[in-house]
Amino acid sequence: MATTANLKTRGEAGRCGEDVRSDLHVIFEPRNNGGVEIDLESRVAPYYGDTIRTQAQEVLEALAVHHAHISLHDEGALPFVIAARIEAAVRRAGLGQGRRALPLPVPLPPPSARDRLRRTRLYLPGSEPKYFINAGLHAPDAIILDLEDAVHPAEKDATRILVRNALRAVDFSPAERMVRINQLPLGYEDLEEVIPEAPDVVLIPKVEHAEQVLAIEERVRQIAACGKIDRPIWLMCILESALGIENAFAIATASERMIAMSIGLEDYTADLGVVKTAEGRESIYARTRLVNAAHAAHIQASDSVYGDVGDMEGLAGWAETARTLGFEGMGCLHPLQIPVIHRAFAPSQLEIEKALKIVAAFEEAQRRGLGVVSLGSKMIDPPVVTRALTLVERARQMGLLLTNEPTTANNLDTT
Amino acid sequence: MHQHFELVTNAAGRVVPTEVNGRKQIAFPGVGMHRPQGPKAAPPIHSAGDYPASGDKRVPDLETALRKCGLRDGMTISNHHHLRDGDAVALMALQTAAGMGVRDLMWFPSASFPTQAGVIELMEAGVVHHIEGSMNGPLGDYCSQGKMRGLGVLRSHGGRWQAIQDGEVHIDVAVIAAPTADAFGNATGSLGKSACGSLGFALADSMYADHVIVVTDNPVPFPCAPWQIQGNNVDYVVEVPSIGDPAKIVSGTTQITRSPDRLKIAEHVARFIRDTGIMRDGFSFQAGAGGIALAFVDYLRRMMKDAGVKARFVRGGSTRYLVELLREGLTDYLLDGQTFDLAGVESMARDPRHIATSPFTSYNYNGKGFFNQMVDVVVLGATEVDTNFNANVVTHSDGRLLHGIGGWQNCLFAGCTILAVPSFRDRIPVIVDEVTTLTGPGEMIDVVATERGIAINPLRQDLLDRVKGSQLPIRKIEDIQREIERICGGKPQRPRLRNTPVAVVKWVDGTVLDTVWQAVPGVV
Repeated sequence: MATTANLKTRGEAGRCGEDVRSDLHVIFEPRNNGGVEIDLESRVAPYYGDTIRTQAQEVLEALAVHHAHISLHDEGALPFVIAARIEAAVRRAGLGQGRRALPLPVPLPPPSARDRLRRTRLYLPGSEPKYFINAGLHAPDAIILDLEDAVHPAEKDATRILVRNALRAVDFSPAERMVRINQLPLGYEDLEEVIPEAPDVVLIPKVEHAEQVLAIEERVRQIAACGKIDRPIWLMCILESALGIENAFAIATASERMIAMSIGLEDYTADLGVVKTAEGRESIYARTRLVNAAHAAHIQASDSVYGDVGDMEGLAGWAETARTLGFEGMGCLHPLQIPVIHRAFAPSQLEIEKALKIVAAFEEAQRRGLGVVSLGSKMIDPPVVTRALTLVERARQMGLLLTNEPTTANNLDTT
Repeated sequence: MHQHFELVTNAAGRVVPTEVNGRKQIAFPGVGMHRPQGPKAAPPIHSAGDYPASGDKRVPDLETALRKCGLRDGMTISNHHHLRDGDAVALMALQTAAGMGVRDLMWFPSASFPTQAGVIELMEAGVVHHIEGSMNGPLGDYCSQGKMRGLGVLRSHGGRWQAIQDGEVHIDVAVIAAPTADAFGNATGSLGKSACGSLGFALADSMYADHVIVVTDNPVPFPCAPWQIQGNNVDYVVEVPSIGDPAKIVSGTTQITRSPDRLKIAEHVARFIRDTGIMRDGFSFQAGAGGIALAFVDYLRRMMKDAGVKARFVRGGSTRYLVELLREGLTDYLLDGQTFDLAGVESMARDPRHIATSPFTSYNYNGKGFFNQMVDVVVLGATEVDTNFNANVVTHSDGRLLHGIGGWQNCLFAGCTILAVPSFRDRIPVIVDEVTTLTGPGEMIDVVATERGIAINPLRQDLLDRVKGSQLPIRKIEDIQREIERICGGKPQRPRLRNTPVAVVKWVDGTVLDTVWQAVPGVV
């Protein structure tokens, strides 16, 4: 278990031990002379021992440390983790300020579209690197590198370095890359570290006022401008209190960067002083209020997580209800929840077929310059056409349409 | 080690010794290239006149039995491993021999387990000279470090039968742990407090050894029926209070992995089998009892139900997941070489469609065919696989002995061989330039399924054609390798090994496929 430095000059970071995988523990002791001395104990030493030593040297050099003793107890950590843990240990020893030891980058994924699919967002505790590398393989619509609730207060500093490195060096595709920051003012330090690596979305917890969103937006803008980041960094808020729910519309419209809102049910039910149940009747008002505010602001409403990762039936039921209420996605705590939620948020074949017929009738009417859309003898109201267009477009994004079926992307106002 | 041999390069390009434990060897000449000649080995003729007219072959204890068998220095004692890590009989036999002052034995188990780590002391004391059989854990480390006086010989289950029948290994005394037996020596693994299911791994020992001792903790009056070991091959029967720890003989229940990454691999395998059309009415498959294999069976079961498809037979190692297939009518037969959990043991004892097989029927290459040639698809593991699809199952990537070959090599003869493996473990790549120890030639391995995609051996153009237009994540094996090397931070260093052989890996026909070299102490 890592502890903060007990001597001013010594820094420790990371974890090792029987049950630890893909992490390492670093003890860093600066010296006045004698160069860098490295002790290495690693289960992968026969394969990467030389590589690890070389990397440790390079990281210390990048942090302008020239004389030190560093002891590494490695449990098969990947290079981006090794760099982050050494940097955290050095910083905890009070050195390396203003410098970063960045790992080799992977190419950035294409920028995220404002209205892309966000059915599932998989939470990854920011301090547990073993979950990072394969997270994208499970194809959630988004992953969340969590700096907030999943991280012990004593590990916030080291975790934001690790998350920064993960954003830079880990291929999470096809998932959108979200980072959940801490509440302000700690959240500002998170932004300093992670914004230069261009996360797609900053997830803001426990939002109650539009001003909180504005403060974060301004800081994101400054850091992004500084780092010459020319791609969107969106904001998504989690409302976790009665007051947050009351201010939902103001929050939803606080910033041009806002793309979605979600609700944190643990905190919300605690705020109300009610018990959180499996059916969720106690939060139905808050959830529908949030859905309404989000839609009024033309952003997405996303539901809470389903906490019992062993109960797939309960999850499917919850997700289907969420869809009928107007949510477009929900949080995930385990990769096995992803396909269940994707199925629940998928329109049925019957819905798709019906929508396709309406779209075809609409396109026919457009072609013939008719103001009225009709299907057989029935007249189709404009809102029905809009809903059908939206459904067909979503079905296409979900891969539920055959390629020769009409695509309607051009007909949709997606902003 | 005082061995005199030369080293030669075999057809797989691996350097192998020409002599092992005093016996001349044939270097692997290529798959299907070795044609042995001459008659099989045979035990001496016996006369019923030399055995009790009553048919009661019981003697008071194991020492008496071993004495009557004429056990002496330099002989070979064999055991089976159906009791797995719960076995008490193998160590009992060797320790009894030690008490009799016998030295330099060759121990010839069908596999060894950590519970037999006590054999190390017997090797140190000179009672056991060396082991020919799978070694892992402490025994594996002992052998890897070059401490054993002879060379280890790693054989597949089929290869062990072949070595016995071809006379490569002569068993002087077979000591067979029997969960139930009668006084004549008929024995079964299906019944009794120490029930383990099949006794197939002991069958060759019972037929070819000079002397056969059955050790049981559940004596029943004649006849012990149905019998798996025939009393007509047995010299002596010994009753003991316990042949092993039932809790470690079979698992109460085997569990599907919960790891999402491993489930992803299992799902890829099942989808591959479905989408290539291998899954069709009357097909057959085999999968082991590891977490990925069990998960694969679960996925395939659902796909078979959805498609209304039924298998003709499924090969075990059986588990409750295979037993469910049988019960649900998704397969006509379960042909089972060993039984991993209680559900498997019970099913074999009760269901006539759950049939105990032996390495002879399923695996032996030097015979007139074997069942596994007829299996449509088999799902196996591996520690390493190279970009030519050569695979290693016996050593860690650093050269230390990890586990035995089991039926792995014999399974490679199925219609389609799929390795279901993670692309890397922690930071250790599984897909490498060259495997540390060759256990299966790449020409026998058709598909490598990982969490990052499925690679098809270019030799299997038919499979490549069949996946065209499918949704399967088909990738070149080199492409997956490049990705994991990027993730892991470059190619791994080659393991540092001494130029001293500590064991050899036999191919299914008895030729030498590769050498296990002494590990350098202190690097692990």
